[in-house]
Amino acid sequence: MEASKYKIRTEGRRGFLRLVAEVSGLMAVSGLALAAYLKSARHLVATAIRPPGALAEADFQSACVHCGLCVEACPYDILELARLEDPVPTGTPYFIAREHACEMCTDIPCVPACPTGALNHQLTDIKNASMGLAVFIGAETCYAMQGTSCRACYMACPVKDEAITMAYFNDAGRNVFQPTVHSSACTGCGKCEEACITAEASIKVLPAALVQRDIGTDIHGHS
Amino acid sequence: MGTHNVPAARGFVRRNKWLLLRRFVQFSILGLFMSGPFLGVWILKGNLASSTFLGEIPFTDPFIALQSVVAGHEIAAPAITGVALILALYLLVGGRSFCAWVCPINPVTDAAASLRNILGIKANVRMSRYLRHGLVLVILLVSYFMHDIAFEAVNPITLLHRGILFGMGVGWIAILAVFLFDLFVAKHGWCGHICPVGAFYGFINRFSLARVSARDRASCTDCGDCFRVCPEPQVISPALYPRNALTSPVIASSDCINCGRCIDVCDPGVFNFTHRFDKTIGTKSVG
Repeated sequence: MEASKYKIRTEGRRGFLRLVAEVSGLMAVSGLALAAYLKSARHLVATAIRPPGALAEADFQSACVHCGLCVEACPYDILELARLEDPVPTGTPYFIAREHACEMCTDIPCVPACPTGALNHQLTDIKNASMGLAVFIGAETCYAMQGTSCRACYMACPVKDEAITMAYFNDAGRNVFQPTVHSSACTGCGKCEEACITAEASIKVLPAALVQRDIGTDIHGHS
Repeated sequence: MGTHNVPAARGFVRRNKWLLLRRFVQFSILGLFMSGPFLGVWILKGNLASSTFLGEIPFTDPFIALQSVVAGHEIAAPAITGVALILALYLLVGGRSFCAWVCPINPVTDAAASLRNILGIKANVRMSRYLRHGLVLVILLVSYFMHDIAFEAVNPITLLHRGILFGMGVGWIAILAVFLFDLFVAKHGWCGHICPVGAFYGFINRFSLARVSARDRASCTDCGDCFRVCPEPQVISPALYPRNALTSPVIASSDCINCGRCIDVCDPGVFNFTHRFDKTIGTKSVG
């Protein structure tokens, strides 16, 4: 029987040592493999935005249990849990602003739904959210920069006149308006990116981890 | 070893009672999660990592929560309540009852074990059953050093459960890999040797109430049916073949998953479900 074969291998001091060696060897291999996998796979692509109140990305990985309660709490079905093949850490919630931006519910139902605090429960006013930051990248492509009257991003912004303003300037005799983001007010909801009418959005929301919010702080951390 | 010393007078349902009940419970629990996203009837929200029952009562997987804490997260109150409730539940019904009655990978590995029998596949890479306990330690270490809930990046249990509820994508490949591993590489390979989730629930099992007992071991005909059907056959011997007449008939090993298959297959009816303090030894004679 199987049990007797098993006994021979683990009997006596030699057998015991062999068992310890075998188990600890496999433990070491799997531990290193898992650590290497985490190191390589737990990164967020720049298009994936975390739900409101999400902790800083490094802390989020230790806090989010991939339960999907925020996803199910979202009344607009905007959030998704990353699948194995997605360029987002498997099982974590995110949304792609260009496809559907956060609607910025005033009661923020996704946040209290989080059982572990990966979405910080202290966020109670959605205007204090910082899911990311809108960044204007359309100096050459934005229609308003070509002198048209497009205001799509400005009109879509839920924090109107605070997060995005249209800055007027005169470009060699042409009247031009440039969408200008104010980081102190922008929540990173992505409405501007969703609304932008150029084929590739001329204004994009980047995840909080990728953007500079502290105005005047240099690369050495001095301000 | 005569398999049929006792005429198999019991019908299909009697011979598969606990198996059928187990499948019913497994699929019912999955159904209670699925009714929300698929039918709009919210009973269990979330998934096996963390959920709420009827929008009020939180449940959280203790091993996942432990990894989170070890990784340095100050876990919020709902998850702490959720862990306490799950611990209380499994202290009652048996820690590894999770494996047999709830885990969505169980039908997958059970299918592999059946097919292995039907096809007569003998290939079997032998690993120690202690490996899974070592892996619990490994995962906690990796969680600590990587500040991550380490096993949840690769856990096929939550991958499958989450996939069914939130979209599977190519996750099927990982589930297929577990199935093929159990079928061709190692007998009871995943659940019996590797799965650290089962090993963790095994720690809870040490203290839990519900147990299988070989109460009527006097009627045992040594046919070996229970050993053949048991996914953790090492747990049976101490209770079935006692050192002396007074040795407890309760299966005390924390590896037992309380699946009840031994109760199903035993024609003389040696086994029954009971609690850990029930040391009753039956006096029923053979036949």
